Amino acid sequence: MIKRNKFKEKIFPPLALFCTFLGVILLLIFLVNILIDGLSRIDADFITSLPSRKAEKAGILTAWTGSLWIMIMTALISIPIGVCAGIYMEEYSKKSKINTLIEINIANLAGVPSIIYGLLGLEVFGRLLGLGNTILAGSFTLSLLILPIIIVATRESIKAVPKSIKDASYALGATKWETITNHVLPYSVGGILTGVILSISRAIGETAPLIAIGALAYVPFIAQSPFDEFTVLPIQIFNWTTRPQHAFLVNAAAAIIVLLLITFVLNGIAVYLRNKWKMNLRY
Amino acid sequence: MKPVIEVSNLFVYYNNKPALKDITMSIRPNAITALIGPSGCGKSTFLRVFNRMNDFISGCRMEGKVIVDGSNLSNNDIDVETLRKNVGMVFQKPNPFPKSIFDNVAYGLKVQGFTDKKFIEERVETSLRQAYLWNEVGDNLNGSALSLSGGQQQRLCIARTIAVQPKIILMDEPTSALDPIATAKIEELIISLKEQYSIVIVTHNMQQASRISDYTSFFYMGDLIEFNTTENIFKNPQEKSTENYITGRFG
Amino acid sequence: MNKKKKEYIIYLILRGCAFLTILTTIGIVTVLLSESLTFFKNVSFWSFISDTEWTPLFANKHYGIAPLVSGTLLTTVIALSVAVPIGLIIAIYLSEYASDRFRSVIKPVLEILAAVPTVVYGFFALMFVTPFLQLFIPSLAGFNSLSAGLVMGIMIIPYVSSLSEDALSAVPSSLRQASYGLGASKFQTSFKVVFPAAASGVTVAVILALSRAIGETMIVSIAAGQQPRLTANPLVPIETITGYIVQVCMGDVPHGSIEYRTIFVAGLTLFFITYLLNNISYFLKQKYQEQYD
Repeated sequence: MIKRNKFKEKIFPPLALFCTFLGVILLLIFLVNILIDGLSRIDADFITSLPSRKAEKAGILTAWTGSLWIMIMTALISIPIGVCAGIYMEEYSKKSKINTLIEINIANLAGVPSIIYGLLGLEVFGRLLGLGNTILAGSFTLSLLILPIIIVATRESIKAVPKSIKDASYALGATKWETITNHVLPYSVGGILTGVILSISRAIGETAPLIAIGALAYVPFIAQSPFDEFTVLPIQIFNWTTRPQHAFLVNAAAAIIVLLLITFVLNGIAVYLRNKWKMNLRY
Repeated sequence: MKPVIEVSNLFVYYNNKPALKDITMSIRPNAITALIGPSGCGKSTFLRVFNRMNDFISGCRMEGKVIVDGSNLSNNDIDVETLRKNVGMVFQKPNPFPKSIFDNVAYGLKVQGFTDKKFIEERVETSLRQAYLWNEVGDNLNGSALSLSGGQQQRLCIARTIAVQPKIILMDEPTSALDPIATAKIEELIISLKEQYSIVIVTHNMQQASRISDYTSFFYMGDLIEFNTTENIFKNPQEKSTENYITGRFG
Repeated sequence: MNKKKKEYIIYLILRGCAFLTILTTIGIVTVLLSESLTFFKNVSFWSFISDTEWTPLFANKHYGIAPLVSGTLLTTVIALSVAVPIGLIIAIYLSEYASDRFRSVIKPVLEILAAVPTVVYGFFALMFVTPFLQLFIPSLAGFNSLSAGLVMGIMIIPYVSSLSEDALSAVPSSLRQASYGLGASKFQTSFKVVFPAAASGVTVAVILALSRAIGETMIVSIAAGQQPRLTANPLVPIETITGYIVQVCMGDVPHGSIEYRTIFVAGLTLFFITYLLNNISYFLKQKYQEQYD
């Protein structure tokens, strides 16, 4: 008695192809709809205007300048710390209880919901350090959030450096740090850069942690220093999305187009770099 | 006696480089045929022609006529899966599935569509007995196959192969990863199997070939140098290179 | 400064940076615990876990976490029921059927789904998915967990597919050869041999996706509603743990009040759940990586 389910076997490849493209096609449909709704709203005025209670006058100036501030400050804070931590873990740490603990801990931090980081930032940076709801508080908070990503990217890139290069350097009498700065880092800079760009791209799209530390939704001025209050593009989008008037929804769509443009450009650069340096990094 | 495999003018290419050149020979039924030769001579490639496992290697191309149990392999219409049910294979490194012992042996039957529980249980027991493994695992069929020793795992793989009762069994260096005691057990097993099956075995161990096989072919650099009864090959080789290989002057 | 001293100082700095990650965790736990402990001075733990209403911002105050947990659970279940089947089918196809070229093109394309900011997905859920679904389900409310869950599911597909595909690819080819050698088809080999052999890796992928869905904030804040209720009905507004925290932070809640502390106790619940899941998946991952070394 022999029976084979030829139907299941025949249908699987086309079904799988359908599934593979389903998400992407749905996303494309969404994007096309967004473009239809919001593209016409984008003009020089929109990009250079302050937000306003009148939808037609409102613009994203403070939002994208705020995002720029956040992006730069977060990068300045998180990149050195993340890369240093990654170097420590790959080049310096030996198998010990503490170091295993650090490893497990980083894996855990990568899975903590972003809003929890916001609560941490609210209490520690906002209240304890008295930074309130300033750009600095927001940047510190986001830095902690993306730190695990940068650390993992750094570690993976350093792992790929051939031992022979390091051996040659040591054999010539170089110290550990000299070897790292002269050989390891230059070799792995591509992978690290890719990870950094991806994490910055993630940071720009983050909304929840910044809401938690108190970033405002309505900011009618451009931030001048890291100690100023601020808003960012995603929060502006969130704010406009929750308004009932159709004109604000059009604004939201337009702002989304700008945000997606930035996100895709950054991600595109990162993917290009990743392919160029031919490394298979997972973060 | 009609040969169970007939090969005429077989060429096999990897990315247009010939791995086997103009091979013509036949495999007798219910006998053990050994394929010997130095590394890279093409014997494994030759073995894998018979169950079309070379299909998985990209760039591999076959020319010539190969008839396995009446089916012409170069014919694109043949159902590869049916062929493989008829021509079983045991691999160099034991590769049991990470499942129970029972599920390993039953797998081939389930794949073929058998669902009768009793039938499958009986076939599993028969196969394990034939593979000289029943005494060791009969009371623990639900245990993990991976908990067995290397030699036991290989016997399990043989049980798994014979459970679907193929006509031909191909063995690719089945004992090279095992210790001498496990090897001896499996050699004994292979000899017992030839009553029911036709066996083609690739081995780099000449003593093994002379111990267990009825016929031997010697391959060298993609050519079939000599094919004869094992006794003749080892006692009275016709070709100089055969003699050199057997006496250990190279390879 | 001599070389050795300099090297040592560098070592300390680098170590300090790595240690910061431990500080982060300590910070999170301290912040959440301290505010929560103060909270539990005023609200009994028993009522926290057994009360079926969550109304800290209303006059008649109830502090039962159950409605928020059920809201989170509802959206998560919907999201996973989309992401897991689709993600696994994609993973099997990419690992067992697709050509290398196809795989190398499709994988980055799928990762785009995960790169889109979640606030954008929230907009989609509210503005497109809900009205679209209302054509077929007229009783669907403007805010509901169905739209939010479905969109979240789409976003999570790459989490499931990428990690599962890694696990499937790690299964040694010798097992596939054994299966094909017995005359099994590609379909049978993929589902009966490769997939079971990759079971722990796939479980890790699903748990991580689960954790991601539980922690998701913006999609549910925009599209799922702000009405905490204990229900299994996907057509009505609910509120998730994350949605509640956002709601309070957007509003005017005075520091030091009990309402303020509710966001921390909600956060602690969230942290506890995701921390548990992440640890389980971490140890599972160690276990399955050992298997094939």
